[in-house]
Amino acid sequence: MRKPITWAAGMLALSLLATSCGGAGEVADSEGVDLDVSVGVTDDTVTIGTHQPLTGPASAGYLAISQGASAMFDYINDQGGIHGRKIEYLVKDDVYDPTKTVEVTQELVEGEQIFAMLGGLGTPTHSKVIQYLNDKGVPDLFPSSGALMWNDPEQYPLTYGYQVDYTKEAKVLAKYIEENFPDAKVAYYYQNDDVGSDSIAGLDQYLADKVVADEGYESTAPDAVGGQIASFKEAKADIVVCACIPAFAALGILNAVGQGYHPQWVISSIGSDIPTLRGLLKEYADDDELPVDQILDGIITSGYLPQVNMTDDPWTQFFTKIHEEYGEGELTNTRIYGMVQAVMFAKALKAAGENPTRKSLIEAVENMEWQGPGLVPFASSADDHGGHAGVLVQQYQAGEDGGTMKRLQEPMVTDREGGEISPVDYERVGPDEYDFHD
Amino acid sequence: MTSSLRRDDPPTDVVAPKAAPSTRPRPRIRPVLLTHLAAALLALLGVVALTFLVGPIEQLRIAKVGYLMLAIAGLQLLVGASGQISLGHGAFMFIGAYATALTVLHAPMVPLAAIMVLTVVVGCLAGIVVGAATARLHGPYLAGATLALAVGLPALALYFSDILGGSNGLLFKMRGAPPELAGLVTDNQWKAWVIWFTVLVALVVLATLSRGRLGRRLRAIRDDEAAAAMAGIPVGRTKVTAFVISAGCGSLAGACEAYLLGTATPSSFSLALSLSLLAALVLGGLGSLWGAFWGALALVYLELAGKELADLLGLSSSVADNVPLVFFGTLLIVIVMAWPMGIHGALSRLSGVVRRR
Repeated sequence: MRKPITWAAGMLALSLLATSCGGAGEVADSEGVDLDVSVGVTDDTVTIGTHQPLTGPASAGYLAISQGASAMFDYINDQGGIHGRKIEYLVKDDVYDPTKTVEVTQELVEGEQIFAMLGGLGTPTHSKVIQYLNDKGVPDLFPSSGALMWNDPEQYPLTYGYQVDYTKEAKVLAKYIEENFPDAKVAYYYQNDDVGSDSIAGLDQYLADKVVADEGYESTAPDAVGGQIASFKEAKADIVVCACIPAFAALGILNAVGQGYHPQWVISSIGSDIPTLRGLLKEYADDDELPVDQILDGIITSGYLPQVNMTDDPWTQFFTKIHEEYGEGELTNTRIYGMVQAVMFAKALKAAGENPTRKSLIEAVENMEWQGPGLVPFASSADDHGGHAGVLVQQYQAGEDGGTMKRLQEPMVTDREGGEISPVDYERVGPDEYDFHD
Repeated sequence: MTSSLRRDDPPTDVVAPKAAPSTRPRPRIRPVLLTHLAAALLALLGVVALTFLVGPIEQLRIAKVGYLMLAIAGLQLLVGASGQISLGHGAFMFIGAYATALTVLHAPMVPLAAIMVLTVVVGCLAGIVVGAATARLHGPYLAGATLALAVGLPALALYFSDILGGSNGLLFKMRGAPPELAGLVTDNQWKAWVIWFTVLVALVVLATLSRGRLGRRLRAIRDDEAAAAMAGIPVGRTKVTAFVISAGCGSLAGACEAYLLGTATPSSFSLALSLSLLAALVLGGLGSLWGAFWGALALVYLELAGKELADLLGLSSSVADNVPLVFFGTLLIVIVMAWPMGIHGALSRLSGVVRRR
C-alpha cells in the first residue's frame, strides 16, 4: 500500500523538476520593448485605463478620483477631444485587492488594449503591476499614491509619479512644526506601511527629539484606534502628526474628542480633505448634529493642488464649473485630484503630436514645462519621475460656505534626504492658456 | 460523531470507473493509479488545447480555477472523507504563497519544482502542528480553532513587516515561458500549464490515496469513530494524516497563486477566502473530488457572472458590491436543498437516470 504512494510522490517531484530547469526567481532582463507603437489609438479615439477601488472599504474616500477624471474627460471630449480624437477612459474595479489589480490590469492591457495607464490607485495594488506595465511598454502615468518607488527611472522607466512623495511632504511639515511650535511635544500617528515609514523618515529629520509617543494602525482593522489616542493623551502630546488615510484621520479625531483630548492635528495631504473628513466624522459618530466644523477647525495640513475653497484660484474656478456641468455629488479635493490627473494627461497627449505613439507620449511628458494646475513644480524629466515636488502648509478655518484654507507657508520644495527646504520660483498659468484640448 | 454525509455518499471515486471485480481476492492498486494518471494526462492536454483557444484573461482564469481546485480538493479529503471541518484553509494558502515569495526573493536560484516541493513540506509541517493540536477537537470546536488560524495567521505579515512586507505584501518576479518558446507560448499560457500540471499531479495523489487504505479508514472514522477504533483503526493518527495532506494541498495551491500573480499580500488570504473555499466545496459536492472541480469553476465564474449581472442592472456600487456574494449564496442554498451532494451529486444522479432509461 505504501509503495504506490511513494511512487506517486516521486513522480510529483520528478515531473515538477522537468517543468523548470533554472532558478524560478532568476529573471532575465526584458529586452527593450517597442515603444514606437500606437496601441489603443484609432482615427477618432484614444483608449486609456485605470484601476480604482470602486467597491469595498477603500472606495469610500477614493471613488471620487476616477469620477473627477471622468467628468474632465467628458468636458475635453465635448470640446472636440485631442487632435480630433475622443478619450475613452476605462475604469476597472480592483476592490483595493492586489490580486484583483493584477487581473484587471491584464484585462486593460491585453484585453482592452489601452494606450496608457493613468492614475492607478494605491501602493499595495499598483506596486504589483508596475513591473508588468513597464515590461509590456505601457506608459504608466501619475499613479495615485505617494510611494517612493514610482520615482525609479532606472528600473521603471515608463512610470511617472504624481503625488508628492510621503517623505518630502513630511519634511516640509516637520520643519514648519519645528519653527512654529518650538516647545511642543509631538506624537506620530501613522499607517503601518510605506505611508507611515516613508513619512517618519521625513518627520524625524526635524522632530526626532520632540517625539513623546508614536503609534501605528493597521489599515485592515478599523475602529481600533482608541488605544493609540489614549497613549498620546497620556504622553501629553500637544501636536499629533497624522500620516494616515481619511478614514483613520477621522477615527483618530473622533476618538480624541471622545476622550476630551484636544491636540493640534497636523495631517498630511492624503488624509486631510476637509469635505471628506466632514462626511466621515458624521458617519462614524452616527450623528448628523455633530459640530464637525468646530472639531475640524484649526487642522494644519499640506497641499500641492488647488483646493475646493481657494475660490480666487482660476483652476479652482474652472474645476468648479466643470463639476457643476459634468460631475455628480459634492466637489471635493479628491475629485479635483482626479481632474488634475486628467488635465495633465490631456496636455501630454496633445503635445505628443497629431499621431501619438507611446514613445512620443513619453517624450512629451519628459519635455513638458507643466506650469500647473498644481501649486508646486512637477518633475517628470528623464532622470526624475518624482511628480509634485513640494507642498505648501495651510490651516483649515471653519466658517461660512465650507470655511477657508488659510495659507501658513508658501510652497516649498525639497528632496528626500537631508537637503535644504527652499521656496519655489514657479510660474503657473490658468486653464485658458493651458493647452490641453482642441 | 455521526455524519449526515453517509446517505448520499457515492461508494467509489469518480475519476476511475468501478473498481476491479470483487471476485479477485485483492484488488490491485496499480491499475487505479494508472487510470488516474491517464485521466490527468487527458485533462492536461485538454487544458493546453483550451489555452490556445482563449485570450490572456481567460488563461489567467483557467489557472485560477486550477489552484482553487487544488485547495478545495484538499479540503474535500478533510471534510468530505474524514468528516473534520476546517474554516482556515486560506491560512495554508497564505503559508504556501509566502514560502514561495520568500524563497524567490532570498534564493532566486532555486528551481520552481524545488519551491513547489518545499511549499508542500512547509504546508505539511504546519498541518502537523495544527492537526496535532486540533485532533482532539470535534465539530464546532475544531471549526473555531481553524477559524482562529484563518484570522490570525495573515496578521503575522503585519507583525513581521520587515520580513513579510506588512500590508503591502511582497512583490517578486518569476520566470514565465522558457525563452525557446518565445513567440509560440505566452507567459500566461505557460503559467496555466505549469499550474494545471502541478494540480493534476497532486490530484492523482489525492485520488489514489482516497481510493486506498487511507480513504477507507477516513470514511470509517467519519461514519462512526467508535466503531472505527474498535476495528483497530488508529483514529487520532489517521485524522491528523488527513489534516496534514489537506494542509499540504492548501499550501501548494497558495504557491501556485504566488507563481501566477507574482505577489503575496495578506489581504488576499482573508477569512472570506477560507469560507468561500468551504462554500465552494459544499456547492460542488462534498462526496467526491469532482466536487472540487465544480466548486472552483463556480468560485471563479459565478463571481464574474454576478458582476456582469450587477452591471447589466445598472446597480449602484454599494449594491453591486454585494451582488456576486448574494448570487453565490442563493445558488448554494438552492443547489444544496435540491441535491444535498452539490453539483456533482446532481450530475451523477442525472447520468444515472439517463443510463437507466
